[in-house]
Amino acid sequence: MTAATPITALTIRLEDELFAVEASKVREILDLVPVTEVPHASPFVSGLINVRGRVVPLADLRVMFGMAQPEPDQDTRIVVMEFDLDGEPMIAGILADKVHDVTDIEADSIEEAPKVGMRWRPEFVRGIGKRNGGFIIIPDLGRIFETQGGRSAPAAASEERSAS
Amino acid sequence: MNIADPTETFRQEARELLDQLEAGLLDLEQDPSNSSLINSTFRALHTIKGSGAMFGFTAVAEFVHEFETAFDRVRKGQSQANTALIGIALDAKDHIHRLIETPEAQIAGGSEILAALRIVVDGGTPTPTAKPAPAKTEKPASAAKTWRLVFFLPADALVYGTNPLLLLEELAQIGPCTVTALTDRVPVLETLDPEVPHIGWQVDIVADDPAAAIDDVFLFLRDNMELTLTELAAEEPVIEAAPELIAALPKLIEKPEAVERPAATSLRVPAERLDELMDRVGELVIAQARLSQIAALSSDTALKTIAEELERLSSGLRDTTMGIRMVPIGTLFSRFRRLVHDLSGELGKPIEFITTGEDTELDKTMIERLADPLVHLIRNAVDHGLESADRRAAAGKSAKGTVRLSAVYSGAEVAISVSDDGAGLDTARIRAKAEENGLITADTKLTEQELYQLIFAPGFSTAKEVTSLSGRGVGMDVVKRTIDGLRGTIELSTVPGQGTTATLRLPLTLAIIDGMLVRVGKGRYTIPLAAVEECVELPENAAAHARGRNFLDIRGSLVPYLRLREVFATPGPAELHQKVVIVSSGEGRIGLVVDQIIGNNQTVIKQLSKLHSGIKSFSGATILGDGTVALILDTAHLVASGQSYVDRTIEGKAA
Repeated sequence: MTAATPITALTIRLEDELFAVEASKVREILDLVPVTEVPHASPFVSGLINVRGRVVPLADLRVMFGMAQPEPDQDTRIVVMEFDLDGEPMIAGILADKVHDVTDIEADSIEEAPKVGMRWRPEFVRGIGKRNGGFIIIPDLGRIFETQGGRSAPAAASEERSAS
Repeated sequence: MNIADPTETFRQEARELLDQLEAGLLDLEQDPSNSSLINSTFRALHTIKGSGAMFGFTAVAEFVHEFETAFDRVRKGQSQANTALIGIALDAKDHIHRLIETPEAQIAGGSEILAALRIVVDGGTPTPTAKPAPAKTEKPASAAKTWRLVFFLPADALVYGTNPLLLLEELAQIGPCTVTALTDRVPVLETLDPEVPHIGWQVDIVADDPAAAIDDVFLFLRDNMELTLTELAAEEPVIEAAPELIAALPKLIEKPEAVERPAATSLRVPAERLDELMDRVGELVIAQARLSQIAALSSDTALKTIAEELERLSSGLRDTTMGIRMVPIGTLFSRFRRLVHDLSGELGKPIEFITTGEDTELDKTMIERLADPLVHLIRNAVDHGLESADRRAAAGKSAKGTVRLSAVYSGAEVAISVSDDGAGLDTARIRAKAEENGLITADTKLTEQELYQLIFAPGFSTAKEVTSLSGRGVGMDVVKRTIDGLRGTIELSTVPGQGTTATLRLPLTLAIIDGMLVRVGKGRYTIPLAAVEECVELPENAAAHARGRNFLDIRGSLVPYLRLREVFATPGPAELHQKVVIVSSGEGRIGLVVDQIIGNNQTVIKQLSKLHSGIKSFSGATILGDGTVALILDTAHLVASGQSYVDRTIEGKAA
């Protein structure tokens, strides 16, 4: 199971939860930059940012995990990550309320996400790690982005509606 | 700088020559007696043979040699370039292609092609003895005379890869000969240019009448070289000719310097390097835009001057770089002539293939990616669009079907269409099939265009009955996807009994455009300037009709408009003094209502990621002078959606 693989992770805070993303996929961490809203895009990837001359989508994981989305403050960061989407490499920024540190999460401390007792869709969680008595959620970014990649079609329909 | 593999260089050149050969053969089929066509075809063959031998492609050289020998009869007027010959020659060309691509593999079929070729050129009398090293057979040495050939190669011969040794070997095949090198023109070491062949040769040949054979050897050098051929008196000793030569030398020694070396007219550059250049220019353009913005706010005139200067330079650089990437679409069209030729033969349908607009230029990457969709469309037009000859005759049409391929500029786009004069699409049949597949229900109302678009649905293509009845099924979903990927559109139109036209509309380039920056609410958007016709103020009273009629009267013609605030669901009330940007695409035009027109800028087009590829209103994004991202409006899509909006409004009123 993927849940049992040890990972070196970058921990980020979203609302009051700790999330871990694979450190090897992180390209850089940016302070908040101006975000361009994309009309009709799904709320999860509603913005575009400029990362060193590249136009990169900005994703808000809080949308996918049903969390509140407070206004950005001085702790807000953008984690620029590189990963595969449908077999093609892509770069996206992920909004973080705060970036903590890089840590190793041992395989035996990772447990599979429980099917019940969780307010998140289980398929979006790869596993849950434990550290210092707290939980770290390891999101399945590949799965989340794939789901969203195919979801922009309904947005086009809303475009039709708004035009009429 | 990586050193190119010479074998790969040869392959590349050979591929081009083969394309040239193919085009020449197909032209020849139309115009069999055109001697300049015959000659250029022959020359292509000869060059392939020469360089093939040089790069160690012996199988190629041997095969081409025989091909060339057969074709030589056509050149000499001993045989006609008829359809049968062209057909075999095209097979031979394909065979050469295979030999070049996989020289290690044992590729069969060569000898059959050559045998067929011989039969055709010899007018039906197979000559199995034709082991064609033509000169050798005419070797009645006994009656032969002695000829003295003196030649100096053109100064650029080595640069273009001529190997003097091969030339001498070819001469040696004409007859027994004595070769003497003429070294008198070799300059002193300090001034010696190793790329210039300073050595000449004197070749005494024993042959009957070698003039024609010698001409063949020097076919491609003849124009720029010195060559004299004189008949020697029976027993004239060889040495006696030398004094004349030596006497002539002082004059000649100066000559190489005077010879003008023709400048290289083209340069082969790997495509990746061009892409890289384009990226750099893109970054430069963005940096320049930022500088201009800062300069505009500054009172420093020196800074302003530099910013303006840089703007001019970078826009020039941008145009030049774009120009490098633009390729006339004719290079692509020529490929399809062969396709149609072969399909015509396969299906037994006589076809006239007409191409227009070959000069229309498109970005190279675009051209490459268009090849496959166009193959599909042409194949469909021939296979399913055109009826068989007797059905055509029964319908009162000429037995020969026509397929047209054309390219034309249309605003900021290029329109490429494939049309046939066949039976047209069977709309009832398409509808029935779509209902059967569950794509639509019996009461779905569709416009003609929407109905045709069903053909592009992925499930549709596999339905066998449709392809055999009304055609247009196979791989159309792939075509659609490719064109979507290029941010283009496909339209189909058909007239029952008269044929079908598929039109691809594509942006001119994928790289940089001039844009008009506008503001809608807080968002800024770029409209491709080439699509902009004009800008007008939105009439004050238009707001009163916001839900009633969204039309403008532009000098007497009706132009519908879309409020971008509505389209983009922009929060907040509309501002006063809104502007309307009139954009056009294809036949339609539409006004886009914006809050403010900010100005014009150069726009580096960045593709939207997959996550946003489903959003049709935008063709990409760009980075503005202040470093923020702006979306580029897809005018073609907006025009289309504006039109459907008008249709709905009218329908709504009628209901």
